[in-house]
Amino acid sequence: MSLIETVDLGLRLDGRDILNGINLKIERGDVFAVIGPTGAGKTTLLRLIDLLETPTSGRIYYDGADVTESGRLRFEIRRRMAFVLQKPTVFNMSVYDNIAYGLRWRGKKRADVKKRVNDVLELVNMATYKHRNAKTLSGGEAQRVAIARAIAIEPEVLLLDEPIANLDPLSAQKIEELIQNIFHQYKTTIIMSTHDLPQGRRLAHRIGVMMNGEIVQVGKAEEIFDRPLSRQVAEFVGVENIISGKVAARDGQVSTINLDGQAIEAVAEYAIGEEVFACIRPEDVTLAPTKMTSSARNTLVGEITKMALSGALVQVEINCGFPLVVLVTKKSVEDLNLKMGGRVYASFKASAVHVIRKQ
Amino acid sequence: MEEVWQGLVKAFELLGSLDPELLEIVGRSLRISASATLIAAVICIPMGSLIHFNSFPGKRFLINLIQTFYSIPTVVVGLFVFVLFSRAGPLGDFQLMFTPTIMVIGQVILIIPILTGLAISAFSGVDKTIVDTARSLGASGFQTTFAVIREARFAVMAAVILGFGRAISEVGLALMVGGNIKGFTRVITTAISLETSKGDIVLSIALGIVLIFIALVINIALNRIQQR
Repeated sequence: MSLIETVDLGLRLDGRDILNGINLKIERGDVFAVIGPTGAGKTTLLRLIDLLETPTSGRIYYDGADVTESGRLRFEIRRRMAFVLQKPTVFNMSVYDNIAYGLRWRGKKRADVKKRVNDVLELVNMATYKHRNAKTLSGGEAQRVAIARAIAIEPEVLLLDEPIANLDPLSAQKIEELIQNIFHQYKTTIIMSTHDLPQGRRLAHRIGVMMNGEIVQVGKAEEIFDRPLSRQVAEFVGVENIISGKVAARDGQVSTINLDGQAIEAVAEYAIGEEVFACIRPEDVTLAPTKMTSSARNTLVGEITKMALSGALVQVEINCGFPLVVLVTKKSVEDLNLKMGGRVYASFKASAVHVIRKQ
Repeated sequence: MEEVWQGLVKAFELLGSLDPELLEIVGRSLRISASATLIAAVICIPMGSLIHFNSFPGKRFLINLIQTFYSIPTVVVGLFVFVLFSRAGPLGDFQLMFTPTIMVIGQVILIIPILTGLAISAFSGVDKTIVDTARSLGASGFQTTFAVIREARFAVMAAVILGFGRAISEVGLALMVGGNIKGFTRVITTAISLETSKGDIVLSIALGIVLIFIALVINIALNRIQQR
């Protein structure tokens, strides 16, 4: 039995579907990340799971019990979870009292509260802040207090809404380490939302991609990144080359796909004539000034139409019948003497092409 | 001018010698207005939170109405209480007219609007996410409300102090339903009103100084609270 299960969960507000047909199963000890663009409904989903809001359709089960309807049970179950909101909110009182609040609400004994709060303060590395008014803390510190306050109650499920959304890189890194620590120390089931893909990839065991109020794909991080199920997901996970085409031939596991007059080979099993998208990650393409003999089954020639810096790398766009974006190092640009308008050979393996059926 | 100057000197003598009559009047004023403020606070803070935290049709109108009654003339409240509690009135059987109790009741009615309205403003000033934060940490409905009141504590306290200020400084109501009976319902404001009309301005000035002093203390307290 899953710890949390949602069945066709939906929320409709003012005639608009905020969430629609959400079917999720979260197992005990899972670290599950809901990723998706801003406004996709991630926060609303977390609020429904934390039983802060009631869905307008579907059911939600916690440990096998139906907790969809409001009532005593929802309150009791909510007490077994803790939710850290996106905006770090602290009460206008000391850091110690902030962390103790949830424990006091549960009627814990003074001595137990003291011990627990001190332990948690150590964990989040904020013991020296104990007597400071929490309102005077920085964003990152307030977020750590909010997380400490949540784990103080030893929740079965910790919900984190965009835990590093408004933080500087250093604070963000501390929060990520803290989340990993919490998981390793307590094995708490964690459900988090993020629009930061690399973060989802670093922290989560499983990822659910949310778009326009629907979960469009659920799987391990690699699955989502390497084999997105739809064009939307592919775009969101950063596949820059998504080219429309048609399956022209098939030989076992390898299909030949016609892309705007260019034929490429891909590991895919679709019927001939099927309309598809071919997804090629820019980092999977290699460039050469002359035609190379390599194991890569696809080699295309084209003219460089665009070059732009992208972090430490250079993004090169080649027109080879269709625009193909390739990522290379600055050194490669010099070594290969890549220039605007220059001709270049681009190679990639058949297995580097991920094919999606057009819907 | 001479008369005023003498009045001032004598007033300070009265204050300095802790004149029993003066102390008695001041003590009664403080007791009546403090009781009224306490009762009103017990009613208004929960009522304000109920209005603030619930959505219902006419909420905006209700808040406007409450704000309109901030400046209701004290004599109108006096009239209302008089009609209710006079011998022939619906609550006449309680025989409360011209007692300190009726003065407390009147002052409670007088400051309910201002206390409720300011309590609502105090709660509106609390970060909206506080409610979600409290609920998500496992607070019950009551605990959540209490947490919000606690967050708004300084603004709520300011509301209570302002309510007390309005109660202790009003005269029309105290005069109409209290009757300014010496040693029984005479308070600072009614005493000033009567003594002045009698031509004895010494006691009036002394009481006036006490009233201004109370106002000063209230203001200092308010300022300190608002700076937090």
